[in-house]
Formats: sequence, structure tokens, C-alpha cells
Amino acid sequence: MEAIFLGFVLMLSIFLGFELISKVPATLHTPLMSGANAISGITLVGALGSAGAGLSEWATWLGALAVFFATINVVGGYMVTDRMLSMFKKKEGPAGDKS
Amino acid sequence: MSAELINGIYIIAAVLFIFGLKQMSSPATAVRGNLMSAVGMLLAIVVTLASREIIEYQWIGVAVVLGGLVGFIAAQKVAMTSMPEMVALFNGSGGVASLFVGWAALYNTGNTTFTIVTILLSILIGGMTFSGSIIAWGKLSEVMTSRAIVFGAQRVVNALLLVALVYCGVMFAMDPVLDSPYFYAVIVLSLVFGVMAVIPIGGADMPVVISLLNSYSGLAACAAGFAINNNILIVAGSLVGAAGIILTNIMCKAMNRSLANVLFSGFGAVKTATKVEGEVKPMTTEDAYLILEAASSVTFVPGYGMAVAQAQHVVRELGELLEENGAEVTYAIHPVAGRMPGHMNVLLAEANVPYDQLVEMEDINPRIDNVDVAVVIGANDVVNPAAREDENSPIYGMPIINVDHARTVFVLKRSMASGFSGVDNPLFFGENTRMLFGDAKESLSSVIGEFKG
Repeated sequence: MEAIFLGFVLMLSIFLGFELISKVPATLHTPLMSGANAISGITLVGALGSAGAGLSEWATWLGALAVFFATINVVGGYMVTDRMLSMFKKKEGPAGDKS
Repeated sequence: MSAELINGIYIIAAVLFIFGLKQMSSPATAVRGNLMSAVGMLLAIVVTLASREIIEYQWIGVAVVLGGLVGFIAAQKVAMTSMPEMVALFNGSGGVASLFVGWAALYNTGNTTFTIVTILLSILIGGMTFSGSIIAWGKLSEVMTSRAIVFGAQRVVNALLLVALVYCGVMFAMDPVLDSPYFYAVIVLSLVFGVMAVIPIGGADMPVVISLLNSYSGLAACAAGFAINNNILIVAGSLVGAAGIILTNIMCKAMNRSLANVLFSGFGAVKTATKVEGEVKPMTTEDAYLILEAASSVTFVPGYGMAVAQAQHVVRELGELLEENGAEVTYAIHPVAGRMPGHMNVLLAEANVPYDQLVEMEDINPRIDNVDVAVVIGANDVVNPAAREDENSPIYGMPIINVDHARTVFVLKRSMASGFSGVDNPLFFGENTRMLFGDAKESLSSVIGEFKG
């Protein structure tokens, strides 16, 4: 039952993803990618569970490594996306004002 | 915190991710969207840390601080020209994180066969994302050759690899003991598979590969979510997976090739294009100035060469001068210009070009006949008329920006070498084409000098 439930979640999210992403203009494709990258750092949530649950020494190590790499994704991804997006500016002054 | 509360907050985080992505549909709201998404992530992390399952914090603390530091420095230091390399590395680190989460999940008690299969999947996808991304990074940063590496028995080797992977996976799933040799074999084979998947792909196809690896890094997170039974990983992972697939599809369409063709065949090795002959008409920067001065509409068509020459700032300066001179200025960007989707847009935005002047191929082509001057800067294949006319050309059928239909075309070029795909470009011999040889940045600077002088 659990597998089927998770399967539903998966299917709906993929369709939602298609709907959302197809509306992103080509101009923003690079920030979209780095932003999506940051979101894929959600693995961090799983990694925290592995690193902190006190399973076994080896599992804790693996978890800690996963936390390290996923944090790079999250922190680096969001920051670089923000840096890029804040470069996109509209034309200054009233529109159509071309002397 | 109870599991219900945690899952409730995960739902809020998912909603924030979704709204964040929705706001990416316009440059005006995108900054806020990214921030929403980041808040969602923070929420998810904080509630996870507060959950009862987590009892040790020292290693988490060390890893978060180190990882955060690396991410922070990387995000601050990276030059916009090397964004593709950066994104490749981020993809890789997402992949390897999922691999480790899957591996660690093996130590959970009470794993069912379904869980074991999802653990194997997260290791497979995570592993190949990691090694594939490293190779992609190597190709992009030219640590290794950016050409396609193809050898005779490649398909046989790949098929054998796949068979071995499935065999080891099945053997492990039937007898999932810790330290099983089959398990380690799956890890190694996944890494090798990632390498094999990316080496036959040439430099010109890198936008496709990066998008695809981006998708894989999401799917790896998704598989890890199945392995540890966590909804938020599945939701966020599949959103990313879908994003990557859509971008991959857009890139493939923009090159008129199927995904299979990009993945399995080295580029340019198949057909030889009809040799183009003709006379090249060079011009001086003074000629260029006189023509631009009289133009009432000018379109810049940038390619990766603009990034290499670091010419985006002088391009913007020239654009502003032309606008002051009364011309209408646009920047036409082909979907696969540069080394990743949207790369040129970011470079021009960095140089302070307003985003309403950036136009897509579909918007510029219908009105290109009325453009007085199209200035091609470091682009080659994406403006090659052979794609329209020469059926023997390897890029035949690829949609291009029809700059040859503009009244005059300027091509800024270092020398007469052919583009990344190694295809001759008849545009250079066109009746209305003028070549401005030399470094793009220097050439444009001296045109600007003429304007000011």
C-alpha cells in the first residue's frame, strides 16, 4: 500500500512539474536550472536522518557525507540563483522612451 | 515533534517549492520565487532536525558548516561565463548525496524488497549522475577534450555494462546482506556507466547533457525518497526531474535531433556537407561604423564566442550608443547558443542589458527581413543557412536564426575556422555579409570609438 501511495505522489508531482516548468521563459532557463538544482538538494532532509539517527558508525559516516554534498547543493544553488536573477533588470525609465 | 506535524510542515515546504517555481515564469517575480523556494527548504530542514529520530548532532553540524561554506564560496566566486561548469558540479554533488543516502538506508532495519530496489535505484541514478557530471565538467572546462569520444565496440561495452548492472542488482535484491560484493559492484558499475554515457557526447551537445543530468539529480533524490519513505524528497525530486526533462526536450528540438541521437552518436562524424566556396568580404571597423550609424534596427546574435572574448559589456555599450542614435536594438538568442540553456541571457543580463530586449528565435525570425544590421558575435552553427538549404549538412533541419535574411550581416570572427560542430558556414560568403576579423571585444571597442570620436 505504501508503495502505491508513494507512486501517486510521484505521478502527480511529475505532471505538476511539467505544467510549471513549461511556463518558464527561455531567458530564465539557466537560473531555473540552478534553482532546480537547489531544490534537488532536498536529499539533505534524508541525509540528516541517516547522519543523526545513530544507526551504526558506517551509516553515520555515509549520512554525514551526504549532508555535506547536499548542503553544497542547497546553499550554493539558492545563492547563485539569487545572484543571477537579481541581474535581470527591466529597462530604466518609462517604456518606449527611446530618444 | 510528532510525525504528523513534520509531514504537515513538509506539505507547506512542497507548496512553497511549487509557488517558487511558478514565480519563475517572469523575470520580474523570479527573485521572490527563488526566495520562497529557499524558505520552503529551510522549513523542511529545520523540522527534520527537530524530529525525534535525530539524536546525534555533531557530525551533522560539521557537515552542514563545511558544505555551506563550500556552497557559499562557490556561489559568490563563480564567473557567469563558467555557470555551465558550476551547474554540472552541483548536479554531481546532488547525485552523490543521493547515492550516500541510499547506501545509508541499507542500514535501516526491516527493509522490504521494494525498499531494496529503490535503494539500488538511488545508487544507480545517483552514481551515474555523479560520474557523468564530473565528465561533463571536464569537457566544459576543457580539462579533457570536448570532442566526442567514440570507439568501435562502445555499444557492446555499454550493453554488457547494463546487463552486469541488472544482474548484480537482482542478485543483491534476492539476498540483501550488508557487505555483499554484488552491492559494491552496483556502485562501481553505476559510476562507470555514468562515464560511458557522457564521453560519446560532443561539446556542442553539452546543453542537452547538462539538462539531462539536472533531471537525473532530481530523479536520484526521488529514488532516495522512496528508499527512506519520505514524501518531500519524492515531490521535490520529481519537480526537478520534470524540469530537467522539459529543458532536455527543448534543447533537442532546437537542434532538430532526437534525444537518442544526441546520446548515442558522436556529432558530425556521419555526413560531409557540400563544400562552400565563394569570396569573403572583409571590412574595417570604420565601414562597420558607417553602416551601423545609418541603421534604424540592429539585432545582435551572440554565441559562446562572445563569452570567450568577454565581449558582453562592449556589446551592451554599443547597443546603448545605437539606441541613442535612434536605432531599435534587440538581442536574438538561439535556444542552444552557449553551453547551457539560457546561458547567453544571463551573460547579457550581467552586462546590464534589459531583459525586454532579449528576444527568442521564434520572435525574431518573422521580422528579420526588416532588420537593417544583424551582428553575429561568436555564433556559428546557430546562424548557419546550411541548416535550411543543404540536405547533406550534418546540421540540416536544425532551426536557425535567419540572419542571412537581414539587410546586412556583420560577422565578428577571429579567423575563418569552422564552428564547434566542424561544419562550413555559407553565411560567410553571402552577398550581404561583411566579415569583421579579429577579437570581438577589440573590434567592438574600436567601433564604439568611432561613434564617440
